[in-house]
This record gives sequence, structure tokens and C-alpha cells, in this order.
Amino acid sequence: MSLVGARVIRKEDPNLISGRGQFVDDVKIAGTAHMVFVRSIEAHARIKDIDVSAALECEGVIGVWTATNLELGPLPGVPGLERPALAKDKVRFVGEAVAVVVAENRYAAADGAELVLVDYEPLGVVTNIGDAIAENAPLLYEAVGSNTVMEVPSPDDHQQIIDEAPHSVSMHIVNNRCAPSPMEPMVCLADHGPSGLTLWASFQAPHHLRNTVSSWLGIAQDQCRVITPDVGGGFGAKVNFTPELFIAPTLSKLLGRPIKYTQTRSECMTQMYHGRAQEQDVDIAFDDEGKILALRVMVYQDQGGYADPTGMGLPALTTTMAAGCYLIPNVSVAWKNVVTNTTPVAAYRGAGRPEASYLIERAVDQIAYTLGIDPVEVRRRNYIATENFPYATHSEIAVYDSGNFAGCMNELLNIMDYDAIRTEQEGNRDDPTKPLLGVGFASWLEIAGFGPPGSLEGFGHLGSWESVQVRIQPDGSAIIYTGASPHGQGTVTTFAQIASDYLGIEFDKISVRHGDTATIPQGIGTLGSRAVAVGGEGVKTASMKIVERAKKVAAHLLEANPDDLIVEQGNFSVKGTPSQTVSWGEVAWTSFRPLEIPEDVEPGSLDTTVLQQVPNFSFPSGAYGCVVEIDKDTGDTRVRDMYLVDDCGTVISPMLAEGQVHGGVAQGIAQALYEEVKYDKNGQPTTGTFVDYLIPAAPELPSFTSGRICTPTPNNTLGAKGIGESGSVGAPPAVINAVVDALRHLDVTHVDMPATPQKIWRILQGDKK
Amino acid sequence: MIPAKFDYKLATSAEEAVSLLGEYGDEAKILAGGHSLLPLMKLRLANPEVIIDIGAIQDLSFIEERGDHISVGALTRHRLVEQSDALKEHLPLLAHTAGHVGDPQVRNRGTIGGSLCHGDPASDLPAVVLATRATLVISGPNGERKVEADDFFTEFWETAVAEDELLTEIQFPKQTGQQWSFQKFNRRAQDWAIVGCAVQHGGTPGIGMINMGTTPVRAAAAEAALKSGATNEEVAVLADDGLSPPSDIHGEQDYRRHLSQVLLGRALANT
Repeated sequence: MSLVGARVIRKEDPNLISGRGQFVDDVKIAGTAHMVFVRSIEAHARIKDIDVSAALECEGVIGVWTATNLELGPLPGVPGLERPALAKDKVRFVGEAVAVVVAENRYAAADGAELVLVDYEPLGVVTNIGDAIAENAPLLYEAVGSNTVMEVPSPDDHQQIIDEAPHSVSMHIVNNRCAPSPMEPMVCLADHGPSGLTLWASFQAPHHLRNTVSSWLGIAQDQCRVITPDVGGGFGAKVNFTPELFIAPTLSKLLGRPIKYTQTRSECMTQMYHGRAQEQDVDIAFDDEGKILALRVMVYQDQGGYADPTGMGLPALTTTMAAGCYLIPNVSVAWKNVVTNTTPVAAYRGAGRPEASYLIERAVDQIAYTLGIDPVEVRRRNYIATENFPYATHSEIAVYDSGNFAGCMNELLNIMDYDAIRTEQEGNRDDPTKPLLGVGFASWLEIAGFGPPGSLEGFGHLGSWESVQVRIQPDGSAIIYTGASPHGQGTVTTFAQIASDYLGIEFDKISVRHGDTATIPQGIGTLGSRAVAVGGEGVKTASMKIVERAKKVAAHLLEANPDDLIVEQGNFSVKGTPSQTVSWGEVAWTSFRPLEIPEDVEPGSLDTTVLQQVPNFSFPSGAYGCVVEIDKDTGDTRVRDMYLVDDCGTVISPMLAEGQVHGGVAQGIAQALYEEVKYDKNGQPTTGTFVDYLIPAAPELPSFTSGRICTPTPNNTLGAKGIGESGSVGAPPAVINAVVDALRHLDVTHVDMPATPQKIWRILQGDKK
Repeated sequence: MIPAKFDYKLATSAEEAVSLLGEYGDEAKILAGGHSLLPLMKLRLANPEVIIDIGAIQDLSFIEERGDHISVGALTRHRLVEQSDALKEHLPLLAHTAGHVGDPQVRNRGTIGGSLCHGDPASDLPAVVLATRATLVISGPNGERKVEADDFFTEFWETAVAEDELLTEIQFPKQTGQQWSFQKFNRRAQDWAIVGCAVQHGGTPGIGMINMGTTPVRAAAAEAALKSGATNEEVAVLADDGLSPPSDIHGEQDYRRHLSQVLLGRALANT
């Protein structure tokens, strides 16, 4: 029986649900000192003076450091826009680290931090793109001379095609800023002793961190060990570099003591990179039948106060995927990266692709309503057909691998009763006792399985492959070591499933290890829905290599030809002669005994490492349908039903795939209806706690109805496309299309996210602004 | 939870708590369930020098029928209020509302007295105290005194309980067999109400409003209209009459005014 595709229970869960998981804060080393940051209370200001004298007097405080007495280079980042480890001369967002207090315990460190007096000279503040690019706007980087720090124009704006088209629609779309908010905020523990540095960190890419920290500190990589134990979620925000990851090792070396930093939730809301924060100008031209003739997209990406390499790349991903699953003959894209006095922006579940899917799916709905054609029908008229794959897009980056967009939509209409919903919608509209109903669709598509050579290097990674080592133990069990560093994905389970199939070893006799640069081969990490599509393929490749070698030993023991052997359920046997069999345990044991194996077999050969490459990205897709209910009196908007058809190619673990979609869809609904990071005009965050930043939970979400289409990717032999980000890509447009649909009779054409009750109430009151 | 340094005193009786309050004055804060105080201390928005823990005073946790009213000890947890058969029979508005405070963790730890003494206009239970015209019993250095609900909530997060006093008991007039309704508009199950209302029909109707002013407030104009026999519609539009609800990121003032009328209308339709 194949384990790929089987509904297995997660190997990770017994530890986690019995409180036996180990997160960084659980690591206790004798003599550890604790560090707490002094955070800027100003969004944009010159630092005139920092008085640390009172803090130094505080009981338990070991020391206080600022940019003046701790010489630190800038953090790895974007040339010309580097972020100082501690603010130097000026601050650029509320929450920026200005000083760091180290004390015997967290309490004393927090007490000391309160006593550091910073004298600020406030500067003009820009908190949004519009203000930042306005004439005479206060500049974050005087040397750059503009808050637009990068500009990529389009070679052809297709103005003439748009002008001459029978129809066109223009939209200005805001993709609201979100705070990734993993359950575990950032935590790190640095122990820099005579034999080198060990850094425990809640991070998604341990080797990436190890390589960067060691070169930043100027120590050899062999003396720098990064451990990422259990990690309580990341959503992309734990793959970027923040000051604590560099300051803790520096101070540990300076003081000769382990230094721990545990971020509070309040800090996490302003320190951890935010996501989305994009504005778009979209023009779409089409004919009388709704066939799209041209699409033009201008993206403005808010970078926050400091530009991160991933943040700078987000509009590239958005514009690459801007045409979605539609055959559009003319696509024009351009973008600008803009700095503002806000928390820096980088990857957040989907990273640039939810923004793409949102804009094209909103625009396609506008075509439907402009022409009075059903939104499902307009989509069908524009889908890229199955025979068009591989499909080269307007972007050099994206060649769509496979898909069945019409098939996904057909399956969606199989699992939802569209006609009945439309009938109910009509009936409800004029019935004062019933809510307004809206139904929305999204035929979404994303780019995943990062990626082909060169794809991650641009974001500062060593490579785009993933490492997998398969090591057979003498008893015939197997340990898999991988550079894919999960933070909740269930990789320990999925990799064991794949290995079990290709090694022929029982699932229960396979362990998967990760997250320690001292024991795991150089790897890349878990991001961009890549663990299974790249690392999982590596498990298969390595397993097949091992089996080929093991067959030589088994054949020797069975006195048979290796080519005649098959392996399954822990045994090697001769094809057609099932009685001739030898166990994996015997083969493994023998492989370690030089005198008992054939001369052409190396002792200990059942151990191999691969750096798995893939030739191209994968392109997961799907069709989502959403039904919302709007309370006519209060504007309260709730998702009543969510229908989800995913195509992630081959599913390794159905339960984990469903879980990824559920979580992603929950985050997508959250973005559409609940979550938004906001600032007042002075750049003060007004959503700094979970009381004000509304993360929904189970009571706010419907039960999801799921369906599935499978078009395997040709870019790995498993056929798996990746599914970690799908839900957050597909859900926001489905929800907002449903909200707008519910309000169509009021001539509403767009509602920006999040669709709060007050916003909807104002629309119902006739304020369509 | 990284609060500033504080001293911890465990009070084993109401008298001892009052005595400790006398000793430490405004440096001290009473800790009951901790669900209002501890979050403020965690954020260092409250930095009391002394915490007087009354959590172990069993005598302050009770629900007792006493003639025409039911007395609820100040330390009674929301969960016990929610589940009390006596309250379900004689004060269903209170029992029901207690089941809507926060989430199960909050309801298992938080106390009725703690919630009332916090004096938060966004809290649910003050509206019930106002609607049912309860009497609050306060212990101080000179013994007990009683304060009517209308005189209890004095300013934003301030109540009639002085620095050297302790709320010990809330006396709710029985509302057996009367109509009632509790309406709470919020985004997420555990959130504070953006606006809410507690309506108690009886001899004198009571309407307590949530998040419609700087203190928990009564919808006096609507109450008067209801008493004089106005229609539900006529009463509902008076929900915000004379009140000044706040504007914040969860709702601007005009939206809160509108919601108050909608919710009162729904409450009246339910009673």
C-alpha cells in the first residue's frame, strides 16, 4: 500500500499535544542573561541624546548599549538602504530598536529599558504610499532623495489598446497591511563561547541564518551552529533578518554569557515584518463578449521604514502573477517600492501572490458586471485551456506548468448549488427579516515550489535546491535529515510517507530530523510552498539511490540479481519468488560489515545526501466560492459558506493538505473581513494588540466544503505543487467578490479590505465612497 | 507577563483585605480573577506597588437567595453566575450575560466584583447591574455601606469604591418571570461589545447600555418612554438619547449611535 496519499496521523502531534515540544524559550542554559530593547516611540525623529544612566543603576542590569557604544555594522539588506542593528542618528518607525538592556532576568531588563531616556527631535511622518510619494514629502533617506526607492517601469503601457477596446475598467485597489502573528513570537538564545557560537532561534531557514550571522560576525561557519527547534509558526515572517538575531550573539561574545531574547506579543506586532501593504492601479480592457484584451497593472509596494530584499521583491511576484489563470494577449506591468514610517514589510503567507490573485479576480468580476454576464461565464471565456500548457506568460519568470482551470470551476459548481444561492439571494433582498446574500468566486493561481536555479538566490539564499540525507540505521530503520525546516507544516510526516514508499521501510521506522546546522546537511529552508515540491522530491531521489545500493547487498544475501529484486513492507524479495526474501534489517546490518558484503559495495554506503533541484516553479491553482451574509441593519458581514476546490497536483498527506487550506483560507477570510494594521497620522500603531488587531478564530469561520482536482506538475516526479499558501491566495478575492455581489443592487463596484461592519453600514446608508 | 516589581499580600478575609488597603492606600490594587488587572500590569499600564490577593477568600464567593433579592458575592466567578439555578430562575438576564463575558478562560477566572470594580464602559455586567437596579455592598474601615447602581460608576474606569474599600457583595432584586434581553454586537466571540444593551422588563423597566459613554450608562430617555407605554420603535430610537458614545477604531460615534438603536429595537422585540 502506498503511503503517499494515505490519511496518516501526524508524527509531530504526540510531543506537541502532550507539552513535550521544545521551543527556543524552553531551552534553559545556566548563567543566561536576558535582553530587552528600548523601542522608539516616534515614527520619524532624530535621536538627539540617549541617557542610560538611570538604567545602569537599576538592580540586576548588566549593561545598556546603543549605536554609540556598540559598534555594529548594518544588517544584511538592500544596498544603500541598510538597516542599522540599533537606530543610529534617526528612527524610521515606531518600535525600532534604539538601545538594548541586558540584565540578570527579563524583569530587570524590562525595568532597565523603562529607565532609558531618549531625546527625540520629531520629523515629518509619512504613514502611507500616497503621502510618501507626494511632492515635498518628508524623506526617510535624505541621501536617496526620494521615498520611492526603486522603480521598474513598463516598456509599453498598452494605452492605445486600452483606448481602442470596446470596454475598459479602471480600479484602484488597496491590499491591506497584515501582521503575520505566529503563535510563537521571535525568540532567540545566543551562546558565544570559546568554541564558537550556538544560536537557537525561532526561524524558518537555519542554514540561511547560520551563513549570514557567521559572515556578519566574522566567524567561520564550522564554529557557528544555528538550532531551530520546534517553531510555533512563521508565515514567512521568520525568514527575514531582524536586529535581535545579530545583537544577541554579539553581546553573548562580549559578556561571555548566553543571552536570551523573548519577544512580547506587543513587540511582535511592531517588530516582526508585516505583509501585503500594497496599492494597485489596474486597467483591464475587454470586448463585448468579455474576452480580455489587455491588462495594465501599476503596483505601489509599501516597504515600511527599512527595505528588506524580500519586501523589495514582492511586486515582482505580484506583477508576474497578475494575469492569473487567464489568456491575456497584452499585459503591462510596472512597480514602485516606497518607504514609509511604518514597520518594514516582507514575506507573509503568499508574499505578493495574494495581491496578484486579488487584483485580477476583482477585475474579472468587474468585467462580468459591466457586461451583465455571469462572473463564472466570464472566467470560462478567458481561461487558459489545458492544451496550452506549458504556458509562457508575459513574465520571463513564469511558465505555467499544468492546470485545469475550467475543471476546477466545474468541480466547484458540483459542490455548491449556485442556482439555489442566486434564488435565495433574490428572495432575501427585499425581505427585511433576512440578511443580504452575496456569492463570490475566485479562480486563483499562484507560483510555488521555489524553485528553479536562481529563484531564491535573488532573495539572498545560497541556492534554490533543498538538501535531503537518508541514512539507514543498522536495524533497518531510517533517519532523514533535511534542510527544509518546518514550523508547523508537518514535514516530519510527509517526508516519512514519501520515504516509506520509496525505501520500502515501514512509516513507523522512519524519523525525520531538521533544524540544526551541526547535524543537518547545508539546506535552504521552508518558504514559498517548497518543502514537498523540492525537499519531498529530494526524499524520493535519495531513497531511490539508497534502495539501488541496498539491492546489491540484498542480492548478495539472496544470491540473486539486484535487478530482479523488489522492496516493500520492510523486505527485499525476488520478483515472482516471494519466498526468497531478506529483511531490511538484515540488509542494513550487513551493509556495515565489510567482510560480508560484495567487493563493489562500500561499507556504510546506505547513507546519501542529495541537493535536490527542480527545473521550474509549480503553479497550484483552484476555484473558491464564497457566500456571505450581510446584516442589513448593522452591516455585519459574515462568511456563511466557503467552497474550496484545490489543485496542488499530487497530494502526499490528505489531512495535512486540508489543514493547510483551512488555515490559509482562515487567514484569507481574516484579511478580507477582519485584519488590518493601522497607524494614526503620527505613525503610532493603533492596532498593536489582539484586542484591536482582529484575528478571527473558529467561531467566526464557517465549516469548509472541499473538492479537489489533480493535475500533477511535470517539474518534479512526485507531481506535487505545494499548498502552504493556496488558501491565503484564493480566499480574499472570493470573499470580497461576494461582499460586492451582495451590494450590487446599490451600484457598489468595490469595497476595500477589510470589509468591516461600519464600512458596509456606511455603504448601506448610501455613502459609496 | 513581565510586570514591574510589586509586593504580594494574600488576604484571607474581607476584613484583612480592608486592613491591608488601609495600610497601603493608593499604592495597592486588589487582585481577584486578574482578568482586568493583569493585562494592564503586563503592558505596564498599571504598576501597583502592592497586590492584595483576595482570591482565597471563600466567604466572598456565593449566590444566595435572601427574600426579595439575590446576593452574589463579589468573588463569584462568571462561570458560577452563568450556571446558577437560582439566578437562571430569578435573574436570567444576569446568568445569561455572564455566559457572554470574554471566553471560557476568562469566565472561569474572572469575577463579578472584579468586572464591576474595573468600571469599564465596554464590559457586559455593569449594564446588567444598571438594568436590574442592583445594590452594591462595600466594606471599608468604618464598616459596610450600600451604593445604588446609578451611583456606582463614577468616571472612566472609576467607581464609588474608595481606595480603602472593597466591594463584597451585589444585591440584585429578583426579576422572577419578567421579560429580559441581552444584545451584544461584536466582531469575534470573545471581544468586548462595540455596543450592547441589557434590558430588564419589570415594574420599572431598566436599560443598561454597553460602550455608549465614558462610564456604564443607562438609556434613561428610552426607559422613560418604555414606562410611559411608547411603542418599541419609539423607544428604540431613544437608545442613544442624551448619551455620548466614543469613537475608536472599532466604531465611530455615529455608528455606535445607530447600533444602539438597532440593538435596543432587537432587545425590545425579544421581550
